[in-house]
Amino acid sequence: MLERLPHLLGIESLSREQIEFFLDQAKPFQEFQLYPLKKLATLRGKTVALAFFEPSTRTRISFTTAASRLGADTMALQAEASSLKKGESLMDTVRTLEAMKPDAIVMRHSSSGAPHFVAERLEIPVLNAGDGTHEHPTQALLDALTIRDRAGRLESLNVTILGDILHSRVARSNIHLLGKFGARITLCGPSMWVPREVEGLAPQVRRTFSVDRALEGADVVMTLRVQTERIHEPALAPDEYIAGYQLTPERLRRAKPDALVMHPGPMIRGLEIDPAVADGPQSCVLEQVTNGLAVRMALLYHLVGGPPADAPHPAKD
Amino acid sequence: MPLLVRNGRVLDPAGKTDALLDVLIEGDRILRVGADLRVNSAEVFDASGLIVAPGFVDLHCHLREPGQELSETIETGTRAAARGGFTAVCCMPNTQPVNDNASVTRSIIERAAASASVRVWPVGAASIGSKGGALAEISAMKAAGAVAVSDDGKPIATARLMRQVMEYCDSLGLPVIDHCEELSLSAGGVMREGPQSVRLGLEGIPAQSESVCVARDVETALLTGARLHIAHLSTLRSLEYVRWAKQRGLRVTCEVTPHHFTLTDQDVGYDTNYKMNPPLASRDDRHALIQGLADASVDAIATDHAPHHPASKDVEFDRAPFGITGFETALSLGLSELVHTGKIPLMRLVELFTAGPARVLGIERKIAAGQPADLTVFSTTHEWTFRAAQSASKSRNTPFDGRSFRGAPMATIVRGRIVFRR
Repeated sequence: MLERLPHLLGIESLSREQIEFFLDQAKPFQEFQLYPLKKLATLRGKTVALAFFEPSTRTRISFTTAASRLGADTMALQAEASSLKKGESLMDTVRTLEAMKPDAIVMRHSSSGAPHFVAERLEIPVLNAGDGTHEHPTQALLDALTIRDRAGRLESLNVTILGDILHSRVARSNIHLLGKFGARITLCGPSMWVPREVEGLAPQVRRTFSVDRALEGADVVMTLRVQTERIHEPALAPDEYIAGYQLTPERLRRAKPDALVMHPGPMIRGLEIDPAVADGPQSCVLEQVTNGLAVRMALLYHLVGGPPADAPHPAKD
Repeated sequence: MPLLVRNGRVLDPAGKTDALLDVLIEGDRILRVGADLRVNSAEVFDASGLIVAPGFVDLHCHLREPGQELSETIETGTRAAARGGFTAVCCMPNTQPVNDNASVTRSIIERAAASASVRVWPVGAASIGSKGGALAEISAMKAAGAVAVSDDGKPIATARLMRQVMEYCDSLGLPVIDHCEELSLSAGGVMREGPQSVRLGLEGIPAQSESVCVARDVETALLTGARLHIAHLSTLRSLEYVRWAKQRGLRVTCEVTPHHFTLTDQDVGYDTNYKMNPPLASRDDRHALIQGLADASVDAIATDHAPHHPASKDVEFDRAPFGITGFETALSLGLSELVHTGKIPLMRLVELFTAGPARVLGIERKIAAGQPADLTVFSTTHEWTFRAAQSASKSRNTPFDGRSFRGAPMATIVRGRIVFRR
């Protein structure tokens, strides 16, 4: 049994045991997604506030659905409609939300560390749904669940991550998580997006700028979404990226035959990934989405409902 | 009534004095310095067990007046300076309006005369509005009391402008102070680029954004032969350019802040009290700065006291303004980090707060008959804990809240008056 976490802010500070606990907790919720009636009463009467200060579709819908299937109500703050646009500070906005007495806040923000800032100042649990270029812990957990299901294990895998590593919160959380399970992680992308410092994020991380070398012997291949527009840097032409780093069927042959292909979405077909790979048998993209629900239900259950030590799992009632 | 500062250990780097002496002050001047002075009637300050140093000078601070009085005023800022042992502070021109003409300079000096605890020496802008275009009214500002010129907050925009400002200021006898930053390299950055910025997912500022600009300025000093002072120098490479310039005999000087010789980028999390510009540097940089403070490559310790009111700092890290307060912790950090650790002698620390910054400004700072009666009396052993909430500054943005120190300012004497006493 695991002591209840006050917040979920990132993967870096979690132990391997904590991660395994959440993956185990998510297991019954995976089966639950196949039930004809997808509604539990576990969090009935609880309210989850969704504070998305940055546009998001899939993560927001996933959290909303997860809360709703646990029986919780949600209150949503839309970035576009929010008072932030009118100059209100982050703290005033979240304090206003808190005054409506939610039991947890799920938060996405474009500033790295914003959920940590809020968590220090609020009494209720904060779930990080992605902060700037820092972490996206629920994405890494749902990826881990997907890998564990498909590959049968999380330990000692060869994992290749392709794309803009420097600006990717998905990459950071995955590097932290898989690193704790002894993964050998290869990071690959245009060199300015894969600085030397990324090798310090976990024990066995190396970088390469050759996609062929990066894919050699991989058990798992993660492609990241490519933002061709950068605010403070010269952009890279899409054709240049495609030529060097697109995940194509030919390139994928260098990986192990049963290597998993993953993408956190939203995916731009024909840019970072060839449609044949995205839709191919090795792709786990849709499983990742479904597993996202299971992982987020498990986390909300843990942080909001709180499992008593020997209570039966709600999805097994 | 005269003031007798009795039986202190007088440490005066300019006069190379280190002895137990009395200092007799009459009016705003030092009347006599000697052992066991006999005086008929005088107010006596017993400095037994304490150090008596020339009045500390801070080359770099922001008093925020006019224009940003929510964060600081000349009154509150100089009260904090007095508590830190400073007797004179140079305030940077990035006020609102910018101090780019004599009427703003005069108004600062008038406000200081009415409300300041310590001497206020304004630094005038180099260009109008510090915008990097036409030269500001430098000679008029000098006549009004400006002691140096800088576009601080920003670098002097181009090498061509730098050349003109340096040449013009040299003819006026004013030093040019530059905030060195290549803006195209630092754009978007909020902390030093390195393993920690990558781990935190914060946009990095490469060390070279400073040294590229220092190199430009040193080359321009070579071109003009004029006086150049590098503000808040923070990296090893910048220091190497300054060393090179000094070896070539160029009139180039630099200052280092207490936070840069105390902290590194490894201390940065998401607490905005660790966000300043230049950002906290790497361990190697910090080590190099301490080396430079010891071997005289660095001329002065300057605080870069940069108050920001709590509402502006209590935000997401990347949205917070750069800067921290620094007056009240500067000496204690110097004692704790540099002297008690054996890295520099006490006399050298005093020099970095007195004769060093004075030389940068082309003036003297020493304890001798006839000199202005500005003295800093401090203890090297007094134990205390700094509480930001009790600071004299209007702002609370410091990473040193709650830090315990051995050594503290005990009294600050400006123009013969005790303006602070612990």
